[in-house]
Amino acid sequence: MRFVFKKSYDDDIKLFKHKPQAFYYLILLVLLIALPWLIDDFFLGEATNVLIFAIAGMGLMLLVGHTGQISLGHAAFMALGAYLNVIMMQKGVPFIISLPLAGVITGFVGAIIALPVLRLHGIYLAIATLAISVLTEDIIVIAERWTGGVVGLVAEPINIFGLDIDRYGTPIAFYFLVLIITLLILAAYRNILRAPLGRAFVALRDSEISAQALGVNIAKTKATSFALSCAVVGIAGGLMGHFAGAFNHESFNLILSIQLLLMIVIGGLGSIHGAFFGAMVVGLLPQFIAITRDSISGIFNLGSVPIPGIETASFAFILILIIMFEPMGIYGRWLKIRTYFELFPFYRKNMFKRQKSYLKTERMK
Amino acid sequence: MSLISLENVTLSFGGLIAVNNVSFHVGKGEVFSLVGPNGAGKSTVFNLISRFYDPKKGDIKFEENSILALRPDQVPSLGIARTFQNIELFEQSTVLQNLLVGRQRHRKSNLISEMFFAPSVREEERRHRHVVEEVIDFLELQAYRDKYIAGLPYGVRKVVELARALATEPKLLLLDEPASGLSLEETNDMIYWIEDIKNQMGITVIMVEHDMNLVSSVSDRVLALADGKELAIGTPEQVQSHPKVIEAYLGKSGEKA
Repeated sequence: MRFVFKKSYDDDIKLFKHKPQAFYYLILLVLLIALPWLIDDFFLGEATNVLIFAIAGMGLMLLVGHTGQISLGHAAFMALGAYLNVIMMQKGVPFIISLPLAGVITGFVGAIIALPVLRLHGIYLAIATLAISVLTEDIIVIAERWTGGVVGLVAEPINIFGLDIDRYGTPIAFYFLVLIITLLILAAYRNILRAPLGRAFVALRDSEISAQALGVNIAKTKATSFALSCAVVGIAGGLMGHFAGAFNHESFNLILSIQLLLMIVIGGLGSIHGAFFGAMVVGLLPQFIAITRDSISGIFNLGSVPIPGIETASFAFILILIIMFEPMGIYGRWLKIRTYFELFPFYRKNMFKRQKSYLKTERMK
Repeated sequence: MSLISLENVTLSFGGLIAVNNVSFHVGKGEVFSLVGPNGAGKSTVFNLISRFYDPKKGDIKFEENSILALRPDQVPSLGIARTFQNIELFEQSTVLQNLLVGRQRHRKSNLISEMFFAPSVREEERRHRHVVEEVIDFLELQAYRDKYIAGLPYGVRKVVELARALATEPKLLLLDEPASGLSLEETNDMIYWIEDIKNQMGITVIMVEHDMNLVSSVSDRVLALADGKELAIGTPEQVQSHPKVIEAYLGKSGEKA
């Protein structure tokens, strides 16, 4: 077990609790930078996909995991980001401006939608955001003039200061572009969480009434959370557009909304790690299934017969397992494993048990 | 000069009159208690001051200005902090983080500067932490500083809630049953703390409490309520021996002891 001896307030403010922790993340960063030379282009594409999902996951995690507001409509904001980015690029706006601008506009649209929608709670909020997702699909088809309707749009290759970046042409450059954006958003996310705004988000999640009694403006803070969340998801959408190359109304359908939500639940609600773990599951599962299927049919000589729905079924199966055995998600499981080794041999099984004996209504000692 | 005054405040929910024409004023540095049987409207008075409810009639003035135009989240910025009867802490956060939320009313940074964690944000953060650590010292919460609320016993949670209210650096502290569910020892600690809050920090306290030992040890004045109406107001002894108060608690009797 490690004891951290804190000597100043900065010890509680800094991003890494202690030097070894900073070192682990440094190793992870080095690995991520070396990744293009460790794996081939196909898997590098998959890694890029995971990072894009992780960005979207961070966006949604801020809203669902940290502010406690559910959203089933975030694919709509991904779509908005993707379309805005490509439309602006077609008009001649360089990528380096169009992507952040697409994020900012998506954030503003999110804030406008949030003000009425976030007055709802729980299941009603879920239904309202679901409606946004469904509506957006239709709006994309109707607004054919800008969106290309059912045909969709084709994302142009990115050019940053003369450097051409293309998903297929220069996969390494595209990977680094996504990695840098991921790291920037991650840094901003961590900063917000250690600042008053992040604490206001968490306060809203756990007790609206006492957050209010301490001076948190509920409507404004919720709208801020929603706007930030939409902006980040919009940026993820913009990158997704470039990753997919071409997209139409079906690329950002309701299934994607649900997938995003499941992703952060599987990863572990309320932690940034959860967004990344969830993204790995969502991003890599289809490939994992395909590879497993191929090797199984190779052994039994079945030929490559596609099994319809196996992806959704596996996804659902994993979700059920997680909800049954690990409500805190993959990150929760990781925390338990880490605590086990840190405290060895003093780990107790009920250490992470949810305290049910001190309910809010129970006032007896 | 009175710090806060309620003038003929009336609040009704449908046909039920929860607070009926109640007036009182609390001077600076006073400890003022509200007592009364269950459903007397004591907590409702707190919720009126916190602006969770709008009074039907009457006015509430803090430092001579009406607060009725304010939103609930603007009330803390005046310097009014409160605790809740059924503890309302942020359960998935540590004690330290809970107390830091108490610093919200002093937030000066904005979204952009916080995103980059600008030097000004860091500077402010240090000041917040300084205040919070003083409160932790004062209420002897050091041992629980980095513990999650979800794992803390009831008595400690009560203290954490008091600490969070103090972290806002209030002028007026509203304590809703600070000693309910506490053991005798913990209640005695609470008595010392409330006395220190009054004498050392100069904070005015209004509390709702059933524990008459606590009420009579720390209160300067007591207001007894029943069915939303004022029964008696005065020193703890005066109120305790007031015939109407005895009647409200014990019922009418032919002969008095």
